[in-house]
Amino acid sequence: MDVEILARIQFAFTIAFHYIYPPLSIGIGLLMVIMEGLYLKTRKKEYEILTRFWLKIFAITFGIGVATGIIMEFEFGTNWAIYSKYVGDIFGSALAAEGLFAFGLESTFLGILLFGWNRVSPRVHFISTVGVFLGSMFSAVWIVVANSWQQTPAGYHIVGEGIHARAEVTDFWAMVFNPSSLDRIIHVWQGAFLAGAFMVLSVHAYYLRKGRYTDISKKAFKMALVVATVISFSQLISGHSSADGVAKNQPAKLAAMEGHYEESAPADLYLLGWVDNEQQEVTGLGIPGGLSFLVHQDFAAPIIGLNAFPKEDRPSQVNAVFQFYHIMIAIGMFLIGLTIYACFLWWKGKLFETKWLLWIFSFSVILPQIANQVGWFTAEMGRQPWIVYGHLRTSQGFSQEVSANQIVFSLVLFTIVYSLLFLLFLYSLNKKIKHGPYDEAQNALDII
Amino acid sequence: METFLGIDYPTLWYLVVGLLFSGYAILEGFDYGAGAWHLFLRKDLSRRIAINAIGPVWDANQVWLIIGGGALFAGFPVMYATMLSAMYIPFMLFLVLLVLRSSAIKFRSAEEMLWWRTTWDYIYFISNILISFLLGVVLGNILEGFEIGHEFKYQGGVFLSFLSPYAIMVGITTLFLFMTQGAIFLLLKTEGKLYERITFLLRKGMIFFILSFSVTSLYTLIFIPGVTDNFKENPIFFVLPVLAFLAVANVPRLVSKKKYGYALIFSSLTMAFLLMLVAFQLYPVLLPSSIHPEHSVTIYNAASSQKSLGIMLTIVAIGSPLLAAYFLFLYKTFYGKVKLDDTSY
Repeated sequence: MDVEILARIQFAFTIAFHYIYPPLSIGIGLLMVIMEGLYLKTRKKEYEILTRFWLKIFAITFGIGVATGIIMEFEFGTNWAIYSKYVGDIFGSALAAEGLFAFGLESTFLGILLFGWNRVSPRVHFISTVGVFLGSMFSAVWIVVANSWQQTPAGYHIVGEGIHARAEVTDFWAMVFNPSSLDRIIHVWQGAFLAGAFMVLSVHAYYLRKGRYTDISKKAFKMALVVATVISFSQLISGHSSADGVAKNQPAKLAAMEGHYEESAPADLYLLGWVDNEQQEVTGLGIPGGLSFLVHQDFAAPIIGLNAFPKEDRPSQVNAVFQFYHIMIAIGMFLIGLTIYACFLWWKGKLFETKWLLWIFSFSVILPQIANQVGWFTAEMGRQPWIVYGHLRTSQGFSQEVSANQIVFSLVLFTIVYSLLFLLFLYSLNKKIKHGPYDEAQNALDII
Repeated sequence: METFLGIDYPTLWYLVVGLLFSGYAILEGFDYGAGAWHLFLRKDLSRRIAINAIGPVWDANQVWLIIGGGALFAGFPVMYATMLSAMYIPFMLFLVLLVLRSSAIKFRSAEEMLWWRTTWDYIYFISNILISFLLGVVLGNILEGFEIGHEFKYQGGVFLSFLSPYAIMVGITTLFLFMTQGAIFLLLKTEGKLYERITFLLRKGMIFFILSFSVTSLYTLIFIPGVTDNFKENPIFFVLPVLAFLAVANVPRLVSKKKYGYALIFSSLTMAFLLMLVAFQLYPVLLPSSIHPEHSVTIYNAASSQKSLGIMLTIVAIGSPLLAAYFLFLYKTFYGKVKLDDTSY
């Protein structure tokens, strides 16, 4: 295999693995802020128990997120040297802000959060929890800003030519608020909230099914269900707004998402399907003119198709983009249905008696995780062949000095270490869940 | 070119990056250094206390690496890209070892089984040693110069060429420097028999540090070309090596008087002075080319635009007091000897 493909595989592998953890940390962080806030307000022991329990799970998640994140920061330089030189001037300020404002905040207060229970007052501890949560939210902002600039560059000009060409900032705020930043930040945040909320729902649904820690589990489940219901729905709105932006700024990506080839014709909206890139055909179930309607509120409005772009300027993996995108949509819709139905049962007073629903919730943790992953795959593969949309091709961005053998070496190392890390994560997660929030041998009433 | 207090922006950013890497060396110096003694501590409880000595702070200390790396990428993208792609293997090893080290801290004490703890103890010990060593090796390579040709194209070897004798020497010195720093830090955090044991280890360790430090310094003066050029032009800066020497000499004195708080300050100053020395001797070069000085990466040909540097300097001016406040609060909260409780590793 050639260097470019290997570099891409390594980046995709390390970033996808990394992306399991930060959304989970942000989401669990939100729930911890709610739990500890309630504890501070009511001083009820049950909320303290919940906070301490989720803090343990947060600690492992956050830890792996940081460890795998450092690798990302340096992988730009090791494997994407030309790209790094090209975007350094732009990424620079975003990264500097991320490090100082966001990462500094979360990592220093993390120490207090994890080890400070007996050293600081509950109020200061709560402030630390909020600090870590806000830090992780800011981190997401700056990273998404940097990536959004790659999708929809703004506030820059190109200086130099050939290998020395690079983008330089002309307007900092235009760079930060480039056309896709805001939509994508909200979409990423909400994806993270869903990852965390469904993690909490899963664990407590499991306890409720087993009849363990019933009282506190009901509390936690309701809390997370409110978050999950609201966010699943608002994620639909933010997703729609995001897609509108893609239609405007990255028409080739939108066309790939729905497998739309004709240069200028009404486009269909598929529920599911299969794209044949050779024949330029989609076989599947869809609403004729549906995409046209979503973008222009008119079933007959033309949408720019892939054939409007020269072959070398459009994504080559159209079917993959199509599938990833539709998996994300399907999961999003399913989560809306699931949470609304659960709320309905809650209203009827039957939520915790409906075993089959709790059973679905116990496994639901995996769904937002998959949706987050395939959503990013859609965004990144849909941007191809560009690494910086319209300016720098992925095939021009990698490090020329690095050989295929070197990447194979590091890829093997990452595969081994990350597999080990993933097993350890699952193992300790399982152990912490099995062990539970408190010792059941003691009478639960004494504790609560 | 725009200036602030008469200093141009790339030079200012060079100072920022230097400050960040000094902070990284000082803080993670005692983290990695403490870990490099791990197997010399014999009892399980001692090892747990040693890990918990850095427990609440190591994540925060790591921030300096992240900001330092970001600052390099941001301010000197050409340096960041050239160095990392040329030093591919050592950096990949460094990164993977960092992951293993973090895992060891988090997972070691999670289980009681002897095999589990022993395995993690070895992983922790070896990763700390290799991380410290590799950092020194990269520094050694920078001092020796990279085989950079026209248009910053790296023309050197790819797999093991980073292990030159000089780089190995700097690597070993860095390891011993960190170990000195780590042992002093552990002394501030421990009591009783463990404290006695570390006192004994530190005294042995310092001998190795002084020896390797002397050999490396001499070798640098004799064999590394151009190392004194900047000093000859600005004799006032001869104060740097003098200060570095005094700081190094002061550490054993303070250790023998058991003034470990001051000893930590002076071993931190040692690192700061040594890095300043390196920074001054290189300036304005970031990455010397061993092929031709014309091909060297300098702060001027590697820098981001004036506009971008200006924005980043503003961000640093706003952000660094905040960061300093967080750190003060954190270290104040965990001041004193380690006390294990149910939240410890």
